[in-house]
Amino acid sequence: MKKSLKVALVGNPNTGKSTLFNLLTGMNQKVGNFPGVTVDKKTGSIRFDDGRVAEVMDLPGTYSLYPKSLDEHIVFDTLAASGGPDVIVVIADATNLKRNLLLFTQVADLGFPVILALNMIDMADRAGMRINTDRLADMLGVQVVPISARRNKGIEELKKAIQHCTPVATQKTVLKAEEFMCMPAVARVKALVGAENDYYALQLLHREDQVSFLEKQHVEGLRTIIREEKFESGSLQTAETINRYRFINHVLSATVENKPSHDQFAFTNKVDRILTHRVWGFLIFIGILFFIFNAIFAWSSTPMDLIEGSFGWLSEAGHTYLPPGMLTDLLIDGVLAGLGGILVFIPQIAILFAFISVLEDSGYMSRVTFMMDKLMRKVGLNGKSVVPMIGGLACAVPSIMAARNIENWKDRMITIMVTPLVSCSARLPVYTLLISLVVPEQRYFGFFNSQGLALMLLYLASIVAAVLVAWVMKMLIRVRERSYLIMELPVYRAPRWRNVLLTMYEKSKTFVLEAGKVIVAISIVLWVLASFGPGNRFDRITSKYETQLARPGADSTHIQTLMATEKLENSYVGILGHAIEPVIRPLGYDWKIGIALITSFAAREAFVGTMATIYSVDGGEDDSATLGSRMAASKNSVTGLPVYTFATGVSLMLFYAFAMQCMSTFAVVYRETKGWKWPVIQLLYMTALAYAAALVAYQLLK
Amino acid sequence: MNLSELRPGEKATIVSFSDADMSVKLMEMGCLPGEVVEVERFAPLGDPIAIRVAGYQLCLRRSEAAVILIQ
Repeated sequence: MKKSLKVALVGNPNTGKSTLFNLLTGMNQKVGNFPGVTVDKKTGSIRFDDGRVAEVMDLPGTYSLYPKSLDEHIVFDTLAASGGPDVIVVIADATNLKRNLLLFTQVADLGFPVILALNMIDMADRAGMRINTDRLADMLGVQVVPISARRNKGIEELKKAIQHCTPVATQKTVLKAEEFMCMPAVARVKALVGAENDYYALQLLHREDQVSFLEKQHVEGLRTIIREEKFESGSLQTAETINRYRFINHVLSATVENKPSHDQFAFTNKVDRILTHRVWGFLIFIGILFFIFNAIFAWSSTPMDLIEGSFGWLSEAGHTYLPPGMLTDLLIDGVLAGLGGILVFIPQIAILFAFISVLEDSGYMSRVTFMMDKLMRKVGLNGKSVVPMIGGLACAVPSIMAARNIENWKDRMITIMVTPLVSCSARLPVYTLLISLVVPEQRYFGFFNSQGLALMLLYLASIVAAVLVAWVMKMLIRVRERSYLIMELPVYRAPRWRNVLLTMYEKSKTFVLEAGKVIVAISIVLWVLASFGPGNRFDRITSKYETQLARPGADSTHIQTLMATEKLENSYVGILGHAIEPVIRPLGYDWKIGIALITSFAAREAFVGTMATIYSVDGGEDDSATLGSRMAASKNSVTGLPVYTFATGVSLMLFYAFAMQCMSTFAVVYRETKGWKWPVIQLLYMTALAYAAALVAYQLLK
Repeated sequence: MNLSELRPGEKATIVSFSDADMSVKLMEMGCLPGEVVEVERFAPLGDPIAIRVAGYQLCLRRSEAAVILIQ
C-alpha cells in the first residue's frame, strides 16, 4: 500500500476555503491543536476512486506568508516544518485574482507541488470576467482547476488534480533572486540550516526568532547573519510585494478579459445602505441580537429539560437497580452527574453557533465589526466582541467559544476574560431565591416591582463590571502584535446550510470532548469531597440513624434527610466550609454558606440544591416548609441573630454575580486558550472581585 | 493628502505610504501605488471607513487610512 498523500489547503480569508474543505472531506474531520496558538487544526481525509487516501489539512486563512497575527504564523510553520505537505492546494477567489495570487506566488516559491483552485468561477463569469485557465496554468506552471465550492462544481476535477499531482514542483520561480532577496544572506542561511530553497531561507531571515521548529543554535546563527549582512526586513518585504504584483499584473493582462456586465456590488451596496445606517443599522443589529438571545433561551429549554430529565431518570434507575455501594455512587453521582452537566450545554452551543455561522457566512458579521469597532475599542474590546458578550447573558460557555471569530489575539483574550462576568441564566435561580428572601416585594409608581428592580440592578452591575475589567486588561496586557482593523467587507451571500449544520455538530463535539474531560474530573473530585469524611465519622452517623430507623413507627424520610444533612456537615466539604468560615465571616456568611460556595463551584445553580440539603434541619421539624422559609428562620450560631439579613443577601448576590463558580466556563477557557494560565488568572480575578464587592456591600449595609 | 481626508463618494489614486510597517499589510490587501480608491461610506460612528479598492470592499480605521498618501 502506498503512503497516503498529505495535502494542505491555503488561501485568503473569505475565499470559501472551509466550504471546500467540508466538500472534500465530508464528515471525516478531526479537530486537533496546533502547538502554541489558539486556532484549531482541522484535518480530514479524501478517499480516491483508486483506493488511495489523502490527508487534508485546513490552514488558517491569510493574505500573505508574512504573518500579521499570531495565528497566521502557523501557515508558514506548518508548510515549512519537516514532514510538510506533499501537495499544497491554494484556493483563490476568481473575482479578485490579483490580491489572491499574491499568496499563491509566495507559496509557489517555497518549492512545493502546488495546485491552484479558482473558486467562485461562476460569480466571476457573471461579473463579466473571462479567465483563460489553460493560459494561466501555462504561465504559472501549475494545474489550475476552476471550481465553485458553493455550487459543488469542479470538486471531482480538483480531486483528480490532487490525485495526479506530480511529486516534483513544476512552477516557475516568481521572485527574482538577485534583486529582491539579499542573496549573500540567503546563501548563508541555506548553508546554516541545510535548506535548498532560496525563498524558504529568505522567510527564515524575515522571521528571525519567530519560527517554532528551528533549533536554538540556528536561531543564533540567523541573528548573526541578519546583523552581519545588514538584512533589512521591512524594505525587502515592500520590494518583494511590489515585484510580485508586477508579475501578477503581467500574468493577468494575458489571461483575464474584463467585460464588466453588471456590478456585483450593486446589491451589497443597497443592503449596506440600510444595515450600516446610523439609525436603522443599530436598530436592526439590536433586533438580531435580541432574537438570538431569545432563541438561545426559548429553543434550548425543551432539549435541556429533556437531557436533564433523562439523566435524572438514569441516576434514579441506577440507584434502584445497581447494587448499592461506593462504586455505584461514584458512577452515578460523580461520573454520570458530570456527563449530564456537559451534555446539557449542547443545545445552547448548537443554537448559538447556528446563528453565528449564518451571520459569518452571509457577510453580516464583518458589518457588525464595522459598526461597533469604535465603541468597543474604547474599552479594549473589538467590534466582534459584541456577540460573545450578549451571548454571555444566556451562557458563557458557547459565548467563549464564539470569541474564536476575533482575529486579534489581545482583543480575543480580553473578550474571553470578561464574558463570564455577564450575568448568565444559571445565576437566575440563585438571584431569585435570595431576592425573594431579602428584598421585600413593593411596587413603585404602580408598575415598578422592587424585586424586579433588584434583578435588573444585578444585570447592570455585571455589564458595568465587564466593561471596567476589559478596560483594565487593555492597560495590563502588552503584546507585540499591533492592533489594526484592515478587513475585507465581503459581498452578501446566502448562508450555506450544510456549513451551518457542520459547525453546530463540530462545536458541540469539540466542547464535549475537550472541555468535558475537565468537567468530569472536577465533578468526581467534588463528589469525593462531599461523600467522605475523615476517620469513622460517617460510620457513626450511619449507625446512629440506623437505630432510629429501626424503631417502630419511625418517620423514615425525615430521618433519611437528617442523616444526609449530618453527613454533609461532617464530610470533607463540610470541614472545608468550617475552615473557610473565618475568611467569609466579614462577608456575612457562616459555614453553611461556605459549604454551598464550595459545592457550587461546579455550577452556580448547585447553590440552591446544597442549601436545600443543609437547611433541611432548620426552620422546624415540618418537612413541608419551603427552603426560603427555612433559610429565613436560620440563626447565626455565634450571635443568635438571623443569618439572612438584607446585608448578607446583597453580599451573597454580589458574590454570585462576580465569582466564576462554573467549572464548565473554567474548562472551556482552558480549551480555547490551550493552557492553564488564562483560566487560572480568570478564576482568581473573578473570585477576588466577588470577595471585594461582597465585603464592601456587607460592611456598608450591616 | 491622505486617504482619511476624503468624504464618501470621493475618489483618488494611491501614491505611497507614510508608515513602512503598515505599507506591506496594505499592499497585501490590494492597496498598491497607482490603484484608484473610492471612499464608500463611514461607519455610523464615523470610524472605521469602507473603501473600494482593487475590485472589492475594504474596511479600515481612520488612523490606518491616514497612512495611505493619495492625490
